[in-house]
Amino acid sequence: MLRPDGTLKVTGEFAYSSDLWLDGMLWGATLRSPHPSAWIRSVDVGPALAMPGVFAVLTHEDVPGEKFYGLEHKDQPVLAIDQVRYQGEAVALVAADHPETARRAAAAIVVDYEVREAVVDARRAAFDPSCPPVHAHGNLVRHQPVRVGSTFDAPVVVTGEYEVGMQDQAFLGPESGLAVPGEDGGVDLYVATQWLHVDQDQVAPCLALPKEKVRLSLAGVGGAFGAREDLSMQIHASMLALRTGKPVKIVYGREESFFGHVHRHPARMRYEHGATADGRLVYVRAEIVLDGGAYCSSSPAVVGNAASLGVGPYEVGNVWIDAYGVYTNNPPCGAMRGFGAVQACYAYESQMDRLAEACGLSPVEVRIRNAVSQGSKLATGQIVDTPAPLADMLRELEAMPGPGEPSAARDLRSLPGGVAQTTHGEGVRRGVGYGVGIKNICFSEGFDDYSTARVRVELLGGEPHVLVHTAAAEVGQGLITIKAQIARTELGIDKVTIAPADTSVGSAGSSSASRQSYVTGGAVKATCEAVRERLDRMRAGHPELTLEELLELYGPVEETREYRHRPTTPMDPLTGQGDSHVQLALCVHRAVVDVDVELGLVKVVELAAVQDVGRILNPLALEGQIHGGTAQGLGLALMEEIQVRDGKVLNPSFTDYLIPTILDMPPMRLSILENPDPHAPYGLRGAGEPPTLSSTPAVAAAVRAATGLDLPRVPIRPEDIALVPAAG
Amino acid sequence: MSERTGEHRHAITLTVNGVLREAAVPARRLLSDCLRHDLGLTGTHVGCEHGVCGACTVLLDGEPVRSCLTFAVTVDGHEITTVEGLAERGELSPVQRAFSECHGLQCGFCTPGFLCTVTAFLRDNRTPTDEEVLEAVSGNLCRCTGYQNIIKAVHRAAEIQAEESG
Repeated sequence: MLRPDGTLKVTGEFAYSSDLWLDGMLWGATLRSPHPSAWIRSVDVGPALAMPGVFAVLTHEDVPGEKFYGLEHKDQPVLAIDQVRYQGEAVALVAADHPETARRAAAAIVVDYEVREAVVDARRAAFDPSCPPVHAHGNLVRHQPVRVGSTFDAPVVVTGEYEVGMQDQAFLGPESGLAVPGEDGGVDLYVATQWLHVDQDQVAPCLALPKEKVRLSLAGVGGAFGAREDLSMQIHASMLALRTGKPVKIVYGREESFFGHVHRHPARMRYEHGATADGRLVYVRAEIVLDGGAYCSSSPAVVGNAASLGVGPYEVGNVWIDAYGVYTNNPPCGAMRGFGAVQACYAYESQMDRLAEACGLSPVEVRIRNAVSQGSKLATGQIVDTPAPLADMLRELEAMPGPGEPSAARDLRSLPGGVAQTTHGEGVRRGVGYGVGIKNICFSEGFDDYSTARVRVELLGGEPHVLVHTAAAEVGQGLITIKAQIARTELGIDKVTIAPADTSVGSAGSSSASRQSYVTGGAVKATCEAVRERLDRMRAGHPELTLEELLELYGPVEETREYRHRPTTPMDPLTGQGDSHVQLALCVHRAVVDVDVELGLVKVVELAAVQDVGRILNPLALEGQIHGGTAQGLGLALMEEIQVRDGKVLNPSFTDYLIPTILDMPPMRLSILENPDPHAPYGLRGAGEPPTLSSTPAVAAAVRAATGLDLPRVPIRPEDIALVPAAG
Repeated sequence: MSERTGEHRHAITLTVNGVLREAAVPARRLLSDCLRHDLGLTGTHVGCEHGVCGACTVLLDGEPVRSCLTFAVTVDGHEITTVEGLAERGELSPVQRAFSECHGLQCGFCTPGFLCTVTAFLRDNRTPTDEEVLEAVSGNLCRCTGYQNIIKAVHRAAEIQAEESG
C-alpha cells in the first residue's frame, strides 16, 4: 500500500513546520554565544529594542516559569543565566515583523562576555580531578560498569584504542515552528518534533502554564534521526508569542541548525579481547568515554546502551566494562539513530577483526564461533529469549553474490573520487569487510514506555469509516502507513483516515529507538481489538444487521487504549546486571570498497545486508529504513564529522559537513528474515536503527582490508590513508 | 511582509506554473524566498541556503536551477515551474507518480528538488542508463532513503513516460 502522505509530498502541498504562515505573525530570532565557555557580565538589549519593527527582546529574566529544562535532567537553561557552556548556547530572543529585522536586532544586542577556560577533552573531564567543573555537580553524567566473571587472561589477547567523531543527524528540514497565543492565556504550538508530550512536559513549566494550556500539534517533519528529541525553538517561540500576543514563527537556517540540536556523542574507547587459540572469546575489557558536551540531554541512556551492548552480540563469560558520559564545553550530544550502540559497535567489530587475524580465522568465522543465539546470556545477564540466528545470518551474508571483479578498462566515474580522480587508478585496491550490530529496541532500563491510540468507527456518507488518532510523530519513517494498515487489517474496513498527531490524545512516546511500529503499532492493534469486541457485541444482539445498519442504530464506536511492552529493569549500578532491554535486533553488513591508496579516496562498491525483522509489515517502507540507515552508517565511516576545535564548530554547513550523495551510496543487496518475536505485536522487531550500527564497521573493515592500515578512527579521512608515515 | 531597510524595490513579473505573478522585491531577494514568502508557494524547500542540498531546485525556462542561489530580479519575465506546477490538469506527472509508487521519499523534504531535476532530465533523456541517472541527481541530497528507491523511481518514471507517450 502507498504512503497516505505520498501524494501531498510529491505535489508540494505537505505543510512542513517551516511552511506555516499566519497573517500578522512575527518572526523570532535567537542570539547565541560565540564562546564555548564564558561568564556573562551584562546583556544590553536596548539597541535591539530601539529598532523599528522589533516587538520584543527577551532574556532569562523573562522566562515566566522554571528556568531550566531537559530530557532526563533539567540542567539546560531556557536562556543563558550569567554564563554560557557551549558555542551556540541561546542567550536572548527577538520577535520582529520581518525575519531580517529579527536577525539584525539579535545581532545588535550587546553581551559582555568574560571568556574562561573551556573543557574540551572528554577523558580529562572523566578522569582528571583538577579539571574545572562544567556544572557545579561535576563533570560525570553517568558511569555504568558491567562486571561479569573473574578470568581476565587468555592465550590470545588483542587490544585497540578507537575513536568515533561527532556525527550530525543532518535532517534536511531545519528546526522550525509556529507558536500562537491562545485566548485562554495558553499557547498552541505547531512544531516538528519526535515526541509531542515530552515537549509539552518540558515547555509548560517554563511558561508557568498548566499542561492543558500548552497544546502541541505536529507540523510536517523534514527528517529527525534523534535530533528532534530535545527541544529547540519550542519554549522560545512560545515565550515570544505570549509576550507579544501575536503568532511567532521561528525557522533556523542550516548554520543555526548545527548549533540548535544535539549530535551523536563522540567516543574514545579502549578495548582488550582475550580468546582461546581457536578464537573463542574468554573475556572483554572496555573503557568507553562518551562526550556529552555542555548539557545532559539523553546521555545517561546513551551510556546505558554503550555499556549493556558493549561487547556486541557475542557470548563471553568474563566482562569488565566501564562506560562514562561526561560534561564538557563541546556541543551538547544526545540522540542519534542507534545511540550508544553505534559507537561501541565500531570498536568491538574492529576488535573482532583483529582477533580473527590473530587466530588465523576469517572475519566471518570468528564471529560465527562467538555468535549469540536464542538462549544466550548477554553481558548484562539478560537471556536472549527470542530468535537471534546470528550465525545463520553471517553464513547467508557470506554466500550472497558479490559485485564481481572490476573490469580492466575502467570508467573514471567508477573509480574512487570519480571524475575528480587525478590518476589512472594505478593505486586502487579492493577490500571486503564485515560488520555485525545488536541494538535494543524501545526504551530500556525500566522506563514506562507506552503508547496511546484512539480509534473511532462511524458512518460517513453512509459508509463505515475508521479514524485513527495517536500522538505519534511521523518523521518520514512511514508510521502513518503502518497505522492505517493495522486498522484496515484488524477491522476489515477499507476507509481509514489517520488524524493529525497532537496532544489532545494521550502520549505515544518518542519516534525513536526503532519503537513506533512496536509500541504505537501495538496500541492501534489493541484499540482496534477493543472496537471489534464492541462491534461483535452489537452484532450478537442483531445478527441480521449489516455493519452499516449497526452503526446507524448505535452511532459511532470509539475506544482508547494504552499499550505497554513487557517491563524491563534498571541495570545494577555496580555490576550492570539486569533484564534492561525489551527487544534486541540484529543486522549484519558486508562492504566491498575500492580504495585509491595514494590519494586516500574510497569508493564503496557494494553493501549487502541481512537483517531479522521478526515480521515484515510493509516491505517498501522497511527496505527504505534499511537503505537509509545503511547510508548514515556509511557516512559515519567515511565522511561525516562535525569538526570541533577548542570547543568551536569549524564546519556548520553542508559545504563542509559532508553527507553521502547518490554517487557515494552503492547499490545494496538485502536479505530480510522473519523470525517472529512472540512478545511483540505481529512478532515484529524494530528495524530503523540496526543497519546504522553494522554498516560503519563493515566499511571500515573493507578499507582496512584494502590498505593494510589499522584505521582506529571513524570517519576515515583521506589523510588517514594517504599520509600515514612509513613504518619503521 | 514589511521591511524597514528603505531599500528600493523592483517590480518583477514571473510566469509561475503558467500563471502570471507580480512581486515587488529588493534586488537581493532570493528566488526561493520570493516563491515561498512573496508568492506563498511553500512547496519549494530550503535545506542549506547555499546551493548544496538541491531541495530548492525549480525549473527556469525548463532548466533546473537552485532557487536559493538565484536573485528573483534576474528572472524577471521568465517562466518558473515549481513542484506545485508539475501535475497537469490535476493529474500527477509520471515523475510524481513514480516517486510515490516506488517509495522514493520518506520525510519528503528533498522531494520537490528531486522531482524538478528529474522532470527536466527525463524530458531530455527518455531512456537513461543507470550511470546517467546517478549523475543527473547527484546534485540533490536525500538523508532518509539511501537513494536506492530514488534510482528505481527515476527508471519507473521513464517507463511511465514511455508508456503514456507511446
